[in-house]
Amino acid sequence: MVEPFVITTEPLDPAPLVAAVQTPDDGAVVTFSGVVRNHFGGRPTAFLVYEAYTEMAVPVLRQIADEARARWPIGRVGVHHRIGRLEIGETAVLVVVAAPHRDAAFAAAAYIMDRIKEIAPIWKQEYWADGTAEWRE
Amino acid sequence: MITVTVRFFAGHRDIVGRASAQYTLAVGTTLGQLWEQLVAEYPRLAGYTGRLLFAVNQQFGQPTTVLADGDEVAFIPPVSGGC
Repeated sequence: MVEPFVITTEPLDPAPLVAAVQTPDDGAVVTFSGVVRNHFGGRPTAFLVYEAYTEMAVPVLRQIADEARARWPIGRVGVHHRIGRLEIGETAVLVVVAAPHRDAAFAAAAYIMDRIKEIAPIWKQEYWADGTAEWRE
Repeated sequence: MITVTVRFFAGHRDIVGRASAQYTLAVGTTLGQLWEQLVAEYPRLAGYTGRLLFAVNQQFGQPTTVLADGDEVAFIPPVSGGC
């Protein structure tokens, strides 16, 4: 049983989340993976550390999915966000949206990701290649 | 008087030096007033004024939200989830 909205220290795997979100009504399933990259603002990154106010972040993710559902005809939504130390190339967030048609699924997935970056109580600390660190805020 | 728990995250926790603290406050104290008290105690928090989200008991609040005994408060520094 895959929960739709999860904050976890474990590596993220899209396959079980897609399987949990897709239903026979859906002709489209959009999966967005947010991945740790090796630079920000032209500066080399060594790794990232994510932190969440988990007890609040999970209901906020559910609220964001409800906002998307009020705007587009979509089906199930799943959002999994990882916390703790993540290396370059690892997946920090998965957003999966299923819908009868692709336009709504694409639009809703983009909206959900934008809203996560606006209001979900999740923070990222950038550890630079030169050994210094700072919160992205 | 009421007692509330304040949770500190990310840059706030670095400034305050701990993840949570209890505050005893006058009845009727608002979220905004508690934030001003924290800024007076930890002046380095001042740079976050106007860039915060407010939460009480894991729900978004406003500076005018009146606190109640036992509330869990969080002043949420600018968030940066995703990649």
